[in-house]
Amino acid sequence: MAPGEADQVIDYPIAAPTALDPPSEWAELREGCPVAAVRLPSGDGASLLTRYDDVKQVLADPRFRRRLDAEDAARVSDTESGGVFNGTLAKSLPEETHQQWRRLVGRWFTAKRMTALRPGIEAMADRLIDGMVASGAPADLKAALGFPLPVWVICDMLGVPESDRDRFAYWSNTLLSLTRYTEAEINAAQADFRAYMSAHVAATRENPGDDLVSELIAAAAGAGQVMPDDALLSTAQGLLVAGHETTANMIGKMVGMLLADRSRWERLLADRSLVRPAVEEVLRLDANPGFGIPRYITEDAEIGDVVVPRGTTVVCNLAAANRDERAFDDAAEMALDRTPNAHLAFGFGSHSCLGQSLARTELQAVLDVLLRRLPGLELAVPADGLERVDGLIVGGLTEVPVRW
Amino acid sequence: MKVFVDEDRCCGAGSCVLVAPDVFDQRDEDGVVVLLEDRPADHLHAAVREAAGVCPAAAITLDGTA
Repeated sequence: MAPGEADQVIDYPIAAPTALDPPSEWAELREGCPVAAVRLPSGDGASLLTRYDDVKQVLADPRFRRRLDAEDAARVSDTESGGVFNGTLAKSLPEETHQQWRRLVGRWFTAKRMTALRPGIEAMADRLIDGMVASGAPADLKAALGFPLPVWVICDMLGVPESDRDRFAYWSNTLLSLTRYTEAEINAAQADFRAYMSAHVAATRENPGDDLVSELIAAAAGAGQVMPDDALLSTAQGLLVAGHETTANMIGKMVGMLLADRSRWERLLADRSLVRPAVEEVLRLDANPGFGIPRYITEDAEIGDVVVPRGTTVVCNLAAANRDERAFDDAAEMALDRTPNAHLAFGFGSHSCLGQSLARTELQAVLDVLLRRLPGLELAVPADGLERVDGLIVGGLTEVPVRW
Repeated sequence: MKVFVDEDRCCGAGSCVLVAPDVFDQRDEDGVVVLLEDRPADHLHAAVREAAGVCPAAAITLDGTA
């Protein structure tokens, strides 16, 4: 069908039947309508992409712009600003500046660095599991382990002391919430966070340590420059917003997906070398990662065989693309040993997730520690009793009830 | 097998180092890929192919399978 046929416009996101399964429409669109007209929560129209090659092509093509601030670009959510993709958080740097910033921060996210962080992450997981076990079964694994762990990791990276972790968790929850907190609470959290980080940056300039903030200050100094406070504050806020809720929800979904068919857990217990590919496979098969990635095109462009006119907002549905039979054999099946697994869960191209090595390290560490500490782990509810949070930006499970 | 890396395309995700640490490393100053072995030994070929396949920037290319 041609984009714009009004009678066929689909509301997006498309509701899914269960917490862990995708809507059947994804497969239908992939087959019959790879560039589909959809209506976003704002009421604005966009074109939805569900094929692997199409999504990859758009994400790698800089003509498809990241910032949705043009007059005719679609707004995502129904708030006045249009949500996180339209407002100031989405403010994108010029391509060259982005590359410089990315390489500067990237030096802190190398695989080697992440491998060095791993024992510390495992120790945090051990401590959180101690707390969960002490409170007794059944427990909500998301609240006891999934949610706190990534905040602890981010606080360590920023050089923030253990005693302030709870404040960071509150700020993170508040800044990303679209409904749970009032505007006054969100503004207050934003102001508190910036005040805290300003003081922390000033203290770090006096007494540098072995953390990302110190590293960025030193890197700029090495080039004869002063790293501005604003850049450090934005980087810290970006880390918290991009690195907390995403990873926290993925820990819950990973455990839910693996325990939904307990033969998967048994297989991992028998062969720990499957932990690494299993993490990639749950990332690929995550049916509720959130909204997807929007892009905006200022000239006519081809996607596959379809011409999209200038002024089109396209939405890349990464999860639908990750189930494309053209790209993956038995795409709907969970194969714990699938290699290579070139899924698009972290996006693709020069703007793919900066923190992907950290996310992978956290997920692998949590899974390893859970297998070691709680081999008898199982869901305390039937898998089809799990409920999804349909957050607009990041999807997850409301709770992950477990016993052991 | 001969391995090529494109430093300009590299986005420093480190996926290749996680998969094939004997063949790929990252520069300390910016995380950009460093090729340790441009003609890796046979037993590393599977890992190198996986690294090329999962690179989010498509910055790794391979020539030949020998």
